[in-house]
Order: sequence, then C-alpha cells, then structure tokens
Amino acid sequence: MSIDRRIFFKTAALIGVSMAIGKSFGASSPEKGESGEVEFHGVLYDSTRCVGCQECERVCAAAHDLPEPTETVETGKVRKTSDHQRSVINSYKTSKGDAFVKNQCMHCNEPACTAACLTEAMYKTKEGPVIWRGEKCMGCRYCMVSCPFDTPKFEFMSTNPKIVKCDMCYDRIQKGQLPACVEGCPGEALKFGTRRELIEEARKRIAASPDAYQHEIFGENVAGGTGFLYLSAAPFKEIGLNTQLQNSSYPALTKGFLYSVPSVDVLLPPLLLGIYAATKNNHIKEEEEND
Amino acid sequence: MTSQTFPIAKDNDGKSIGKFILSELKPRGKWLTPFNIISIPTILLGIGLIVIRYVQGLGAITNLTQEVPWGLWIGFDVVTGVAFAGGAYVVTFMVYILNMRRYHSIVRVTVLNGFLAYAFYTGALLLDLGRPWNVVNPMIGNNFGTSSVLFLVAWHFVLYMLAELIEFSPAIAEWLGSRKAKRILSGMTIGAVIFGITLSTLHQSGLGALYLMCKDKIHPLWYSEFIPVLFFVSSIFAGLSMVIFEGSISHKVFADQIEDKEKSHKTQNTVVHSLSKVCAVTMFAYFCLQFLVFIHAKRWDLINSPMGYWFLTEMIGFVFIPMVMFFYSYRTSNIKMIRIAAILTMIGVVMNRLNVTVIGFRWDAAVHYVPSWMEIVVTLAVIFTEIWIFRWVINRMPVLRESPAWAKEKH
Repeated sequence: MSIDRRIFFKTAALIGVSMAIGKSFGASSPEKGESGEVEFHGVLYDSTRCVGCQECERVCAAAHDLPEPTETVETGKVRKTSDHQRSVINSYKTSKGDAFVKNQCMHCNEPACTAACLTEAMYKTKEGPVIWRGEKCMGCRYCMVSCPFDTPKFEFMSTNPKIVKCDMCYDRIQKGQLPACVEGCPGEALKFGTRRELIEEARKRIAASPDAYQHEIFGENVAGGTGFLYLSAAPFKEIGLNTQLQNSSYPALTKGFLYSVPSVDVLLPPLLLGIYAATKNNHIKEEEEND
Repeated sequence: MTSQTFPIAKDNDGKSIGKFILSELKPRGKWLTPFNIISIPTILLGIGLIVIRYVQGLGAITNLTQEVPWGLWIGFDVVTGVAFAGGAYVVTFMVYILNMRRYHSIVRVTVLNGFLAYAFYTGALLLDLGRPWNVVNPMIGNNFGTSSVLFLVAWHFVLYMLAELIEFSPAIAEWLGSRKAKRILSGMTIGAVIFGITLSTLHQSGLGALYLMCKDKIHPLWYSEFIPVLFFVSSIFAGLSMVIFEGSISHKVFADQIEDKEKSHKTQNTVVHSLSKVCAVTMFAYFCLQFLVFIHAKRWDLINSPMGYWFLTEMIGFVFIPMVMFFYSYRTSNIKMIRIAAILTMIGVVMNRLNVTVIGFRWDAAVHYVPSWMEIVVTLAVIFTEIWIFRWVINRMPVLRESPAWAKEKH
C-alpha cells in the first residue's frame, strides 16, 4: 500500500512537470499587425517598373558587408540567393516579354522559419521583418528545412556559420531609414510601407492600368500572407514565383500536433498507471500457479 | 541456484568502489577479433573527419546543400536510429505496465540498447549543429521556441534519456555492489517507465511532425498529415525487430555471460516467438493506415513512376511480406523465419525514414543530395563506438547474466 502511494505521488509530480512543459507548447501566437500599435511593414515590388540594373543587389551587399555581386542578369538563367547574397534579380522570358524579378526573404506574416526555430533565433519582429539572431542560433538548420521559399542560407564552409537572409534592413528601419534596396532603387520599383498601405497601393496601380498587370498580388495570401508583395505583367508562374504554395500559413500544419502534446503528456501517465494497477497482481497469480 | 563466480565478470562486493571501477576500465579479452579489425580503423578515421569538420566547417566533409540542409546524419543517425531504439519503451510497457513477466529477461539489454542509441545518435546531432556552443539555449531560460516541434523533440529526448538511465541504473548499482542505491533506484523504475513511455509516444511521432511543414518538399507519396502517427506506429515494430535481431546476435557473441545456456536459449526463443505476434499485429495496423492514407489522398496516378515503384517496393516488399512472415512463423513457431522477417522489417524502416528525410526530400531538385563517403564513415564510426560501449557494459554489468544473489532477494 505504501508503495502504491509513493508511486501515485511520483506520477502526480511527473504529470505536474509535463503540464508545465506542455502548456507552453500550445501557445504559438499568430503575429498580427492590425490590433497592435505597430503594424507589419513590407515592401511592394513592381516588376513592371524594374529595369534589372542590379543596384539593389549592390547596395544590399554594401549594407551588409557582403562581397559585391559580379554576375550579371541573363534572361533564362536563374540565380539564387546564397550565403553571400541576400537579394538577386533574375530575368525571365514571359508571354508579356522579358521581365525582371527580385528574390529575397518574403517576410511571411506567420513564418515557417520562426515557428521551426527552437531558440527563437529566427524572429518575427513587431515591425514586420523576420530577423536572425546569431547569439541564440545553434545552427540546426530546421528553418531552412521548413521555409517553403528556401530562403535561409547557411555558411557551410565556416566554423562560425551564420544563417544568411534578407532582414529588410531591420537596423535601418529602426533608425527611421528605408531598407537599402528600396532607397537605392532608381526606378521606384520598390516601395516600403505598412503592409496595409502597400496592398492598397498595389490595388490602385492595378485599377489604374488593368492591362499592364496581373489582377492579383503575389504575397497577399500565399503562405498566410507575406511582407514582400509582387506585382507583375506576366502570370506569376512565368516569372519563377512558386504558385503551388498553399494560402494558409505553414506553421498551421504543425498546430494539430503541438496541441495534442499537452493532452498526451497529461492523460497518458494516469492511463498507464491505471493499467499498471490493474495488471499488477497478474504475475503473483502466475507465480502461485507455477509454484 | 546461487552462483557467485562467473567466467569473466565479477560484481563488486560493495567495498572500495573507486578501485573496482578502475580495474573494470581495463580492456578484456582478445584484441584481434574481426569486429575490432574493422571498427578500430573506422573509428579513428571518423575522429579524423570530425576534426576536419570542426576546423573547416560542415561543408568540408558533407554534401549538404542549401536546398537539402539535413542529410544522412539527421535522416539516418537520428530519425532512423531513434525508431530502432523504440524497443525500449515497448518492452518496458509490456513488462512493467502490462506485467508480462515472460519478457523480463530482455528488459535490461533492451533498455541499455535504447539508452546508448539515444546517447550516441543524438550525440551525433552535435556534429551536425553549425553552432553547437548554443546547444543549451533551448534548455535554459529565455530562448524557449515553444511553437517549434524541434523544441518539443529536444526536451523529450533529454528527459527520456534520463528516464532510461533510471530504468537501467539498478544494473549499475548491482555491478558496483551498492545495496542501498539499488533499493532506491529500483523503487524509481515504475515512475521512470510511465514517464518514459509518455515521452516516447511524443518524440517518436514528433520526429515525423518535424517534417509537417515540408509539404511542398517531400514526395507526396511520403508526405501526409499522418506522418506523426505513422512514425509512432512504425517505431513499435522497428524497435521490436531490433530487439529480435540484437538478441539473436547478443546470445551468440556474449554466450559466456549466460550461465544456464539451455534454459536461456529456450527463454530467448519464447520471447522471440511472442514478439513476432506483436510485430505482425502492429505492422498490420501500420499497413492499413498507409493504405488508407494512400486511398484518401487519391494517389493512384503517382504509382506509375519510378518513385511510385519505389513506394510499392517499400510497402509490399518490406512491410507486407515481413508482416505475413511474422504471422506465418508465429503459427508455425519458425524462429529462423522470424529473424529473417525482423531483418526485412528493419530494412523497410530504414527505407521509410530515408524516403521521408533524404530520398523523397526535394526529389524534384535538379541536383540530388547524395551523402559523401565521409558522412558514411562518420556514421559508421558512431555506430561502432556505440557497439564498443555496449560490449563494455555487457561484459561487466549484470545485463545478460543473472543479477548477483543479494539483489535477487526480496526487494
């Protein structure tokens, strides 16, 4: 009897611990800009205004101490962001003629990378940019595995590797400056603002010249909405944007599992304890029979 | 039946523990066994490669790319290794929770195997971390990424290793001859078992849940919202197949540990025989679940492709066929066939885990990830080192052999 009680208390304590751990899992806060004082900011990229001068690539490299990009844009040749280039311009042959497209981190409203990060190194700031904080990161690369856009890049050839990706020049934004690429763009293809203003602006442009644009904004809904928004003359598929991605957010895919964790942590131990208590005397009977 | 002397091993009498441990640390037995001849150079080469990895970065010895950032070390060492370590929670469930005494003889060796698998394969995770000095961040204070599945898996891993250590600790106490410690530690077993099973349920499925966000990256034949459930169910028969496989080897290799060979041989066969039924039934459930997922997601049009044939090979050749073999050999008490079925099942589990994590991951990429020979050598070095420790423990502690006489008295 005394053993029973001891086991009971032990299990009760274990349940308590697992509840304390479990409780924290469920609460993943969906990032919302509307209700708070600070709204999510983003960048509107208008492909029809881009002339492919690569100035954004150069100022980006200069702003983040990265080597100056030397490769030039060639139609049909797809370059990717890398561990030494946060932003690239590509050129595509489309049904509406050649079109330029900028690629960088999309700064999702509910980023897969921040949901994946177990140390909060990948972090969605309240201003909107998704930033990487090296002092927290353990280099597990789960953010890379999870990101539907394959954005985060890893310095595989370094002993102190960093995750490299666009941070929307968070340090400049905090000082009230524009992101380097937005400021540097000579053709005004990039516009910085709150996400809400940018969507309004994009709709205005579409309405003003409906023949010049696709009648949708890439980034408005994809992956639960992104900070970078795209306008294009040609269908998005033709300019290398992934139109297969789901419209709901990616962290939502793991929510069901994460919610089940506290339930299992709390309900399974008493169940096991019950079965244990119920079958405990089985072997005594067996032994008696054997004796 | 009280026996004090054993051919090789001797337990401590409870005195001078420090001296005893020192004497036990010395290697024993023959040096030039075939296993040593293969494993020693591999381990040394592996250590050399690990040094290069830390001096030059991960890219120096791995073929990982920006698109496939997790390769063999995660897909095989961690995800597959942990599935095979699942035997520990299944066997402790049967023995301590369901009180099925007939499996008692394999509890210690299974738990030891499970503990070492976790310690080594998750230890291998440290090699894969780019910034390993921050590994404690999710454990201490202010950096809790609580919405991360990996956070959950990490915590459940660490706690589970603790639970397994507690489950195994009475054997250590018996070896050291510490009666008091043995009494206290034995009292903690049932709590550790309950805790351990709960943790296992969640991290076995959690390893699958890690890949839930890779909806667009994993081949649709292997991606479904049921990955966590499939991973959990398959870990049951993966672990038990490992128990059957490991048991058949251990009983040959460590024959000197077993006193009453005839009796032990008989017990082992009974255990293997009844485990085959558990395997068969869980594999049946797993197969049905895979089939339902397949039908539900309307995947017929994917079958007529190379990946489709590969999927069929996995499902028919390495799930369905071993399942039938388990059923059949249970009926006919064919121990040899059970062992073959266990090996087929293990191959199937390796295939499944690698298909989700490596082969089917970015299957449509222009350049495929293929592990470098150096990644494979490091993996082998990790496995060999684990077997070395396993052998060291078996040869010293009462795992396969009987507990010392004093420990068998009333506890």
